[in-house]
Amino acid sequence: MLDTGLVIKVGIADMNVVTAPNTIRTSGLGSCVGVVIFDQVHKVAGLAHIMLPSSTLSKADNLNRAKYADTAIEELLQLIGKSGGKSHSLKAKMAGGAQMFQFQNGSDIMRIGPRNVEAVSLELNRFKIPLISSDVGGSSGRTIEFDPQTTMLKIRTVNQGTKEI
Amino acid sequence: MSFFNNINSTHLDILKEIGNIGAGHSATALSKLLNRKIDMQVPNVKIVSFDEMMELAGGPDNIVASVFLRIEGDVPGNMFFILQLPQATKLIQDLIRDEEFSFEGGTLSELGLSAFQELGNILSGSYLSSLSDFTQLHLYPSVPALSIDMVGAIIGYGLIELSQISDYAIVIDTAINEGELGETNSINGHFFLLPDPNSFEKIFSALGVQTDA
Repeated sequence: MLDTGLVIKVGIADMNVVTAPNTIRTSGLGSCVGVVIFDQVHKVAGLAHIMLPSSTLSKADNLNRAKYADTAIEELLQLIGKSGGKSHSLKAKMAGGAQMFQFQNGSDIMRIGPRNVEAVSLELNRFKIPLISSDVGGSSGRTIEFDPQTTMLKIRTVNQGTKEI
Repeated sequence: MSFFNNINSTHLDILKEIGNIGAGHSATALSKLLNRKIDMQVPNVKIVSFDEMMELAGGPDNIVASVFLRIEGDVPGNMFFILQLPQATKLIQDLIRDEEFSFEGGTLSELGLSAFQELGNILSGSYLSSLSDFTQLHLYPSVPALSIDMVGAIIGYGLIELSQISDYAIVIDTAINEGELGETNSINGHFFLLPDPNSFEKIFSALGVQTDA
């Protein structure tokens, strides 16, 4: 490896924050959405691997805030703030929200990818964070890695290789 | 959900037996189809976190060939049949007698994909019908959906229903493999049965076991 930074991995329904030169990665996004919120000036970035659009879907006793769009963004902003990110310079990028399988009986669960994308966009709007770029939809899984130094989001898909947004 | 706390070793044994019977029938079906000897490993029943679930199939980044079925009826749930790409390629090459076919950058012929889907259909069908016979429960599998993609993206989809209730999944994992060939060429597939949380009680009560002990 050329750079000396570590790659911090984020699991499913999980989140974390890094500062340069470290990078942050999450693997195998299908209908899940990976959202990165970053402060270019202070080189801080947070990433959340979101599974579901709304915590109102939860029937669990204890809420995993990283799992739902409406709780994850808020939580992520707090984590970024603690790591030195300033709210006025925050921007966002996102990827994921694919429709992995097509079924005839299209219940709401089957549309979970697009719904996750919508929910994340709404949340970013709520906190007035501009969405700089995104790579969403389709029917392929994605692995994403964000570098707070360059603010580039590297996206790898199975058949389309790697691209940066 | 409190239900996960009530699971005891008897319950796990029952789930193991389900994996045993189901995958046993599937292995027989595959063996007949290929006219070769297929071995089955002792089923593994685990309560796993979602990340651990991905690791069971080789990690979220790992690219696999999979057949996914949604099960409706008395015990709703999801089922996956997962093969590593080299093994899936070999299997389909053997089935359609076409050495050109490959899941790894080669020709993905319509025939080969269709054969894989049908294979998934036969294997999961024999798994589920034996399970249905054993428990006297009605199971209606969906048309199988084929996907060649990252484990995280495929399995993640099957966890959506579950994820609304829990951060853990009970997975019945049965591996089948071909005994005779060397490791690289042998088929080593995984069946993952992921019943929806509410389905466990029905499975246990159908087999006459108390859940709220």
